[in-house]
Amino acid sequence: MATTDVVPREAAGGMGRKRIVNDMSIQVATVNGSGSQSSNTVLLRSIFQMGVPVSGKNMFPSNIAGLPTWYTIRANKNGYIGRKKEIDFLVAMNPETAQEDTMSLAPGASVLYDEPLALHKLRNDLVFYSVPYDKLVATVCPEAKLRKLVKNMVYVGVVANLLTIEMAEVEKAIRKQFAKKAKAANLNLAAAQAGFEYAKANLEKRGAFYIERMDKTAGKIIIDGNSAAALGCMFAGCTVVTWYPITPSSSLVETMIEYMKGYRIGPDGKATFAIVQAEDELAAIGMVVGAGWAGARSMTATAGPGISLMSEFAGLAYYVEVPGVIWDIQRVGPSTGLPTRTSQGDILSTAVLSHGDTKHIMLIPCSVEECFSMATDAFNLAEQFQTLVFVMSDLDLGMNNWMADPFPYPATPIKRGKVLSKEDLDRLGGFARYKDVDGDGIGYRTLPGTPHPAAAYFARGSGHNEKAQYSERADDFENNMERLNRKFETARSFVPRPEITKGNKAKIGIIGYGTSHWGITESRDQLRDEYAIETDYLRLRAYPFTREVHEFIEQHERIYVVEQNRDAQMLSLLKLDLRPELTTRLRSIAHITGLPLDARSITDELTSMEGK
Amino acid sequence: MSTTTVESGSAAPGPKTNRIGLTVIDYKGGKTTLCAGCGHNAISERIIEAMFEMGVEPEFVIKPSGIGCSSKTPAYFLTRSHSFNAVHGRMPSVATGALLANRKLICIGVSGDGDTASIGIGQFVHLMRRNLPIIYIIEDNGVYGLTKGQFSATADLGSKLKTGVVNDLPPIDTCALAIELGATFVGRSFSGDKRQLSAMLKAAIAHKGTVMLDVVSPCVTFNDHEGSTKSYKYVKEHEEILQEVSFVPHFEDIDVEYDSGSTIEVTMHDGSRLHLRKLEEDYDPTNKVRALTRLTEAHDEGEVLTGVFYVNPKAPNFLDMLNIVDEPLAKLPDSITRPGKEALDAVMEELR
Repeated sequence: MATTDVVPREAAGGMGRKRIVNDMSIQVATVNGSGSQSSNTVLLRSIFQMGVPVSGKNMFPSNIAGLPTWYTIRANKNGYIGRKKEIDFLVAMNPETAQEDTMSLAPGASVLYDEPLALHKLRNDLVFYSVPYDKLVATVCPEAKLRKLVKNMVYVGVVANLLTIEMAEVEKAIRKQFAKKAKAANLNLAAAQAGFEYAKANLEKRGAFYIERMDKTAGKIIIDGNSAAALGCMFAGCTVVTWYPITPSSSLVETMIEYMKGYRIGPDGKATFAIVQAEDELAAIGMVVGAGWAGARSMTATAGPGISLMSEFAGLAYYVEVPGVIWDIQRVGPSTGLPTRTSQGDILSTAVLSHGDTKHIMLIPCSVEECFSMATDAFNLAEQFQTLVFVMSDLDLGMNNWMADPFPYPATPIKRGKVLSKEDLDRLGGFARYKDVDGDGIGYRTLPGTPHPAAAYFARGSGHNEKAQYSERADDFENNMERLNRKFETARSFVPRPEITKGNKAKIGIIGYGTSHWGITESRDQLRDEYAIETDYLRLRAYPFTREVHEFIEQHERIYVVEQNRDAQMLSLLKLDLRPELTTRLRSIAHITGLPLDARSITDELTSMEGK
Repeated sequence: MSTTTVESGSAAPGPKTNRIGLTVIDYKGGKTTLCAGCGHNAISERIIEAMFEMGVEPEFVIKPSGIGCSSKTPAYFLTRSHSFNAVHGRMPSVATGALLANRKLICIGVSGDGDTASIGIGQFVHLMRRNLPIIYIIEDNGVYGLTKGQFSATADLGSKLKTGVVNDLPPIDTCALAIELGATFVGRSFSGDKRQLSAMLKAAIAHKGTVMLDVVSPCVTFNDHEGSTKSYKYVKEHEEILQEVSFVPHFEDIDVEYDSGSTIEVTMHDGSRLHLRKLEEDYDPTNKVRALTRLTEAHDEGEVLTGVFYVNPKAPNFLDMLNIVDEPLAKLPDSITRPGKEALDAVMEELR
């Protein structure tokens, strides 16, 4: 470990002298495809049901079965649900990684391992517990072929005992997990109970970590960002979804298919939506553009490689002015990169995606609540501005489980933008598609199938004048590009405003966005508590930047821009937008390891740059 | 449309109107900017006539296209219809999206041999296998016109460019590909064959599935010379006509006499009738394998085979398979597209 806690662990090596309550991270190391996901979810839910704020992060390989995978559960009484760098309690189920996992722990951590692994021989500054899983599982599961799957539930029972998680909550979580399969529920419950009883009879609790009942999760839900986005899109009135499977975005559409089947089938049994799996991302975005042009609320979901493939169509949509929503569940690039790891690496390229002068609106959710609410924002903005809107989520948000308050029913009405009907055309006599009638840069459009002889216009990616006629004239081209710029300027006043947290005249400002938020909020507390450094914080929620962003930078001597990429992409975008004298205030804290950004990494880097 | 229906051929004064009261002028487009004598212009004329004669409401037609000379042509017909001149080789996806959004639209997609068989082959093959209701026209001249005369992937083996360069790769037969992949109305015609092309276009309008028409359309500037297999002269000399094609629209209550021994009648989705008078005794346009065999033979013989190669009016199309509501998705009210609060509450309850 490069970094250990700054506050010394009094419990280090102290084996049971200090109680650390509701503040730990548990890591379960298993083999991909071994059914550990159910066990992990049950453990997560059990802690959640105890009222303790919790988050679960899956670190999995790009593989179907056989490679190592880790699941980290963080329980924290203060509500810090970002990734914690240190592991406090290791459940070592994978022989292949058990030694390395054990060696990387900080002193004082606990290790629960499968007896034959004999990990206790490796170090003497950890707390070790061993369990003979195979023996236990054989007693509860007569069917040999099911044992591999049930084995993982045994550790849930052991962990529950060692961390004082109530068995009644474990049972409730198992019943929920296997709600439709009573037999599986009973079998898994027996396995968890066997683990619990074994631990009670044979293991002496020596570690410092305890879960105790709190009341901080009452009424909350647990959901992943992709599911929240899928729900949001359904309630945003989306009608056409075209997609190509790519990690980590596939589950967004797959979940959406389920929700749409449940809630968007008309009384005649017919679908009020179309979801089409396209042959590639080029076709997926092409269909989005075709559907948007014809008046549907259309969307796709993808990740970096898909975004790259969509770039030509993105330019077409920008220039022809067609609405559409693209969810980018960012993963690590360049190229194929780390397909199952998280990043904020598509920010800069997406902002200007495609050749020529193009600019795109981006919305940036940091939470499952925002995945839900920004869906309506995205569709409304896309139709208001007749352009693509990219929602920049990431793998950490999209594929991991987050707790949240139940989503409120969308208060924002569905707004379809400037579309002329037959009656409008009767009144007006005709229209010029790209004329700036209202001074906001946004023209009026018509939809194919509008029964009026003057409704049609010629949508084209080639140069055109106000009437959508082919034109190579210098003045037509320039006027049109200037109007597109005006439209983008108008968007500044309509995109979601940043969230600003201000303290007492802090000189240091932090700018962050997306899932970096969780590390930042925790880091600000560390900076205050450990270093007496006060910070203000602005969380970006959209591009183009709103007025508040400029003001925030003006109000602070030094601005740390925190993000999960190598090249300080958002900082670069800010520089393009800022008055030159303000750009020198920006400093970069850019991290990319593929793992969600943790608070300690931010704190260490910021304090080092502050000379502390 | 609240237009009065005027019977075709009625004695009303003024220009001739069709069954929805429009004149042929209502189907015209802008002035062409293609070369004088370009086969594409003749195809645009046939589209105008077919749409007029079929009494199609122009406001419900969409004309997506890709990039190239052929893809410019939607500007030269049906000004009252929406056009979308998209990106190179990707018209199928734009057309697909538009039809998902509004299934009431009639889609005539225009592409070229480069736009389809080279850069667009990926989207082309997937369009064919979906049987989307679209009329897909390839204006096929075997060369890239806008970039000044390079070979495309439909150029025949041994065909010669003006510069003397000889094509040494076999052509992609877009018709054979379309039949194999699932298109349900596949034919080839020649821009110079007014009668055949007109009948095929009208039948295409009546068909509710993927129509793929490869129309050989000579490029007078870059591919009309001696040695080219896509020149007017070559096509006229080598054209083999499979059937005499005639079409009786559903709204014309005419009894056409035909000899069932020599003519095949195909009843289209809307009740229109396609008559194919056999010039080759044993040809059956409902037999896929026969169609593919005949196309292979034509290649071997150096024939430019034209006619309706394959037709199946009964296959389910993509929009039916998706089970979408009849009303265009684009026009559904919020009350239908945004489920009520009770739906969200139910989902939230499950997630607790």
